[in-house]
Amino acid sequence: MSIEIKVPQLPESVSDATLIAWHRNTGDAVTRDENLVDLETDKVVLEVPAPAAGVLQEIRINDGATVVAGDILAILEEGAGVAKAAAAPAAKKEAQAPAVAAAKGPVKTSPAVRRLLEEHDLDATMVVGSGKDGRITKADVMAFLKGNDSSNVTPGDPAPAVVDDAVQVALERSEQRVPMTRLRARIAERLVEAQQTAAMLTTFNEVDLTEVMALRAKYREPFEKQHGIKLGFMSFFAKASVDALKKFPVVNASIDGSDVLYHNYYDIGVAVSTERGLMVPVLRDVDQMSFADFESGLADMAKKAQSGTIGMEELTGGTFTITNGGIFGSMMSTPILNQPQSAILGMHNIQQRPMVIDGEIEARPMMYIALTYDHRIIDGKDSVQFLVAIKQALEDPSRLLLQV
Amino acid sequence: MSRSYDVVVIGAGPAGYIAAIRAAQLGKSVACIDEWQNRDGKYAFGGTCLNAGCIPSKALLESSELYHRAQHEFSRHGIVTGDVNMDIAAMQKRRASIVRQLTGGIAGLFKANKVEGLVGHGKLLAGNKVEFTPAEGDPETIAAGNVILASGSAPIELPMAKFDGDRIIDSWHALELDAVPQRLGVVGAGVIGLELGSVWSRLGSSVTVIEAMNDFLFMADRDVAAVAARDFKKQGLDIRLNAKLTQATVTGDTVAVEFDDASGGQTLEVDRLIVAVGRRPFTDGLFAEDAGIQVDDRGFIVVDDECRTRVKNVYAIGDCVRGPMLAHKGSEEGVMAADLIAGEIAEVNYDVIPSVIYTAPEIAWVGKTEAEVKDSGRPYKTGSFPFAASGRAKAMEQTSGMVKVISASDDDEILGIHIVGPMAGELIAEAVLALEFSASTEDLQRTIHAHPSLAEAVHEAALSVDKRALNYMNR
Repeated sequence: MSIEIKVPQLPESVSDATLIAWHRNTGDAVTRDENLVDLETDKVVLEVPAPAAGVLQEIRINDGATVVAGDILAILEEGAGVAKAAAAPAAKKEAQAPAVAAAKGPVKTSPAVRRLLEEHDLDATMVVGSGKDGRITKADVMAFLKGNDSSNVTPGDPAPAVVDDAVQVALERSEQRVPMTRLRARIAERLVEAQQTAAMLTTFNEVDLTEVMALRAKYREPFEKQHGIKLGFMSFFAKASVDALKKFPVVNASIDGSDVLYHNYYDIGVAVSTERGLMVPVLRDVDQMSFADFESGLADMAKKAQSGTIGMEELTGGTFTITNGGIFGSMMSTPILNQPQSAILGMHNIQQRPMVIDGEIEARPMMYIALTYDHRIIDGKDSVQFLVAIKQALEDPSRLLLQV
Repeated sequence: MSRSYDVVVIGAGPAGYIAAIRAAQLGKSVACIDEWQNRDGKYAFGGTCLNAGCIPSKALLESSELYHRAQHEFSRHGIVTGDVNMDIAAMQKRRASIVRQLTGGIAGLFKANKVEGLVGHGKLLAGNKVEFTPAEGDPETIAAGNVILASGSAPIELPMAKFDGDRIIDSWHALELDAVPQRLGVVGAGVIGLELGSVWSRLGSSVTVIEAMNDFLFMADRDVAAVAARDFKKQGLDIRLNAKLTQATVTGDTVAVEFDDASGGQTLEVDRLIVAVGRRPFTDGLFAEDAGIQVDDRGFIVVDDECRTRVKNVYAIGDCVRGPMLAHKGSEEGVMAADLIAGEIAEVNYDVIPSVIYTAPEIAWVGKTEAEVKDSGRPYKTGSFPFAASGRAKAMEQTSGMVKVISASDDDEILGIHIVGPMAGELIAEAVLALEFSASTEDLQRTIHAHPSLAEAVHEAALSVDKRALNYMNR
């Protein structure tokens, strides 16, 4: 029996999708539920599984085409040649090229690399691997941490004799035209929209993280033992933000036409950098979450975002966003609003800086924090005090407990 | 019209037969020409490795090792045997049978992979043609899309000690002796000389090894070489360093050996003399003058890193080109050449090739020696672990030797691993994998090793690099 394989119902507010890649060719035997084709929408990649085992008889829509819900992608002949499935051609050899090998799925790393990444709160995708087939070595991570990203060149190595492709391109003054992915186009559109509609202004402050770090150091082990997740910085910032949002409800509000819409819930988006681009998964009702709830919820979301399995509903509807440019080494930045939200908190890197404490100069772990806000509804006074509230909560985390 | 193939491989040793099979697996039509003829007159694939080197020598090493242990170690285990006797004919029969099975296996693999195995002489002609002279029949010219030269190597003969096939013999002949020589001389304390010397020493020969160089096992790490030298001496191997052979004369059933060492001219009388001073690339009649193949001053076919000769579509691999004369190096080059011909991505990592000497204890290493690292100027750290502290080694009654790990101080990368001790040739596999993946010392430290096993010694040596050994005092 022939089955029509159709584009599934697309998520609300998504009109169409782009067919990125077929995983099977015409004539291939497929097993039930194996992913046949990837469709990319504004936010997520949808997989279309085979409804039954059989042979792909005809592919009607090819890579790169735009599709809408209900379009017939292919015709599957049920049952025929099922036994052939195992013999179906495996993915082509291209995976041998280092760059490609690294591109699929979570990056696998060696034990020493895993330890270093975890210790420094790094993601494997941030480090360029110099090992076999582009794998990341301990030396690569160490070089990355040194801020020296010439990790591919070991000391004493002569300059590479072969001019690589990128350099070759530069020499020839050629250009390369690559269409934006749907995700990238959507990011671009939303950022410009925010720039054009909001009256964006950024206020800065700095926060002394001595206490937070001491707390983390003190409870690192019991926390991890108890909750099975590391106590990170992000939960402190999220909880401090929620407390501040409660004090300044307008920062948690959004503009809806000529009304100001106050949200009596606290859904916090956290910007996550993935290989496909920036994503902002949202954690719901953060005010009701424990630190451990937040950390594990965030880890879960980040994992889904990295692997591309995150759902549309997990990416929409936040009331406030936190973005951390510090993991990439940013000292100071002015984030752009994630509309329709009215404010976004920017975290940055932590550096030992000389501070005057009780008349003495002391080295303290300092972070600049930034709040970009929509001046249309948030006054300067509120935004500044909001940021000060966050600063106070982080410099004396017991405030988070007592909510003062 | 004559025959034609996508790929013609000349030589069916471990480089050539692997290249042929790989190319066939990649969809090429392949012929593999080989002219190896054993002493019984039979033709056999497999080249030196299977017929006259690696495999038969390991067969005899195992037999001699068991004989030695039955004589000297069984009693310690509480096994009472009475007199242990040797049947050298049976030993040699077993060796020959193993060789026959494996060389026959290649013929089977050729058939299974649709490689045409051609017995006879192959010669590269100009213009991608190969002249094939069968063992029986008339020469024919074969057209080849690509040619892979894998003709191997042959023992070097010394002018003052010419092989006579009886008293002064090469390594191949030394594997096929039908009686244990009472007094055995070995010229050359390299891999082959030491392995053969060990075999016959354990079977009862009194062995003297003459080595021209000053350093024992100059290519190995000094610490490893020192342990090996001590053990060989304890086993009764008389190794004379800085000793240069001047003349060997056969008189009746004995060989008079004259050599110079630090204290002047010496003489030695032996029943047989094995000359194992190295091997030369074997390219006799391999290519026509006008074929365009270049050889260097030592006779090696000139190739680039990808084993391409100066002639388009002609590759050369294995012992007849630069690099260590090791079967596994040749095989890897064979895979690379076949892959390149099929348009695939391929390379051989010449920095990570394991070396193994199958003596007892075995010696194996990969990567750089401490001296090489020191010369490179890179700051480094080392760690080691003795088998005497290994439970498994103790149970095996083989506690001699150690594992040594050399790592970079700056980024913790492992630069070399050197092992002398039981099963070193097997233990080195983990080290090769580690180096191939640019592992750090910490990677090895964080990898779980089974207990009790010899491999724990590798783990502990890695821990010891950072003074973290758990089963041995850190110094």
